[in-house]
Amino acid sequence: MELKRIDANTWEIPRHANMRVSAVIYASDKLLAGVKGDKTLLQAKNVACLQGIQRKAYVMPDAHQGYGFPIGGVAAFDLEEGVISPGGVGYDINCGVRLLKTDYTERDISDKRKLLLAEIFKEVPAGVGKGGTTRLSRRVLEEVCAKGAEWAVANGYGTKQDLQRTEENGRMQEADPSFLSQRALERGVPQLGTLGAGNHFLEIQKVSEIFEQDVAEVFGIHSIDQVMVMIHCGSRGLGHQVASDYIRLMENKFGIRGLPDRELINAPIRSKLGNSYYKSMSAAVNFAFANRQMIAHWVRQVFQKVIGSSEGMDQVYDVCHNVAKFEDHTIEGRIKKVCIHRKGATRSFGPGRREIPEIYREVGQPVLIPGSMGTASYILVGTSKAEELSFGSTAHGAGRVMSRHEAKRRFRGEKIKEELEQKGIELRSTSWRGVAEEASQAYKDVDEVVRISHEAGIGQLVAKVVPVGVMKG
Amino acid sequence: MFNYKFFHHTADAKFQAFGQTLEETFSHAALAVASLMWDWKKIAKNIDIPLIVEGKDLEQLLVNFLEEILYLLDTRNFLLGLAENVSLEKKDGTWSLHALFRGDVNEGEYEIYGDVKAITYNEIIINDREPFMVQVVADI
Repeated sequence: MELKRIDANTWEIPRHANMRVSAVIYASDKLLAGVKGDKTLLQAKNVACLQGIQRKAYVMPDAHQGYGFPIGGVAAFDLEEGVISPGGVGYDINCGVRLLKTDYTERDISDKRKLLLAEIFKEVPAGVGKGGTTRLSRRVLEEVCAKGAEWAVANGYGTKQDLQRTEENGRMQEADPSFLSQRALERGVPQLGTLGAGNHFLEIQKVSEIFEQDVAEVFGIHSIDQVMVMIHCGSRGLGHQVASDYIRLMENKFGIRGLPDRELINAPIRSKLGNSYYKSMSAAVNFAFANRQMIAHWVRQVFQKVIGSSEGMDQVYDVCHNVAKFEDHTIEGRIKKVCIHRKGATRSFGPGRREIPEIYREVGQPVLIPGSMGTASYILVGTSKAEELSFGSTAHGAGRVMSRHEAKRRFRGEKIKEELEQKGIELRSTSWRGVAEEASQAYKDVDEVVRISHEAGIGQLVAKVVPVGVMKG
Repeated sequence: MFNYKFFHHTADAKFQAFGQTLEETFSHAALAVASLMWDWKKIAKNIDIPLIVEGKDLEQLLVNFLEEILYLLDTRNFLLGLAENVSLEKKDGTWSLHALFRGDVNEGEYEIYGDVKAITYNEIIINDREPFMVQVVADI
């Protein structure tokens, strides 16, 4: 496959064969070498063949092979001609990140760090097959899926300000839980208010570097060593079931003939099935918003209990990493509403966009990019340039380079805990093997990923945070 | 002879399962999926769950069958220890599968070390003639 270099960090797969548009990849030579080792580029090409795709198919700096769409894939579709694809969103619908600031510095919590983490570990259910403390009726679950974080706030979890500082204000208005299958609801019932497992985590962090002081101030980040809390989780089994349900329904309705990859199954946005997928996916998005809202509330309660106060623990922002939604973008010089798919990508809107909270509208939205376990995470700011270059999107994380199987073979959880402790990082987990699978050596270098985002102009560096306490599912 | 084996796959778990028959191959695939989350050899066979799933082709049947493991984990905390009596049938263009899942409900006594989000169609292969083999990628 021909790959044309556009500039230092931009590559293009020119339109050929059945491609309707070209595909653009944002990557350094180093990141590109990794991407070439798997099927990312082929998958980007396949996405560029889908009906109604607009402008270009985009691939973010942390991309790797996914199903149908690559992880780190961004594509927008015409509302009349275009399609919507569960494979363009992923199985973990609204897997995302929430960041809370505190007014504490590392010194303020240093002797209570262990206790803080232990209490959080007690309050926030985590691990596979681990149910939540709040077992819901089906009726309440449907309300959660209709109202998202709004439901959580109305029920005493957090504040209205949290909602203003959440993508979509914590609620996709189009959600309709009546389209969820019985199985999706059944899987959701025990899982609201749980962190889950895999790459999901909750970290107590400290600011280690500030790149853009003025913007950092607007985000509530004032000083080095300031304590932050990052929550990374999604819609759990409910979201996974929505994806599986609609892949099956779309296959049965439209067939798989002519698809280069079965996971690229899709439905016209305007079709009945396309519409019901969108409404179900939105319901799963809301479940995830409510999930993170509840977890954030429990974290504040723990700070209150252990440190004496949770005052100043404002939410910086909450972003989706796996989602499809309708947004206005400039296509061939005209502003047009399109259905954007971000799969393993973060929205990165610059100044002025009405979708972002008023307090951030002058600088651009916060973009939250978690690293791997025990390594740095980053806060970036969205740019106007990103709207031109990637439909207002950038990277979402580090991206794996080693299979879990291989990581499990090479590393031991207990050893990792020791090593982290030597670096001053506490670790709690439900499983040592789970820790081994998430070893940071199994991931790409997140520093390189955010550097390329910054240099390409699709998300600019604001601050770097490092963990002091890590809780893994 | 291994019943299943895993391959290097960056972000996910890719495996092949084998058997003397396609039915046995399917049951080994179920154990491969379980092995991503818990040690199925250590699960007591206290509970039997009969299973019927359908699919419009063998691939969909296999995906639906393996998805049952995730569904039963999330909704009943059921950990699969063995998949027995697998039978396959094609009728009026639809495949159906009967099986017996044997295992235990986890009250916290078993270690669960991994999460499987979904069973995917990515790189799925079903070799329904000798030598029987299925290849599956799980999203983890």
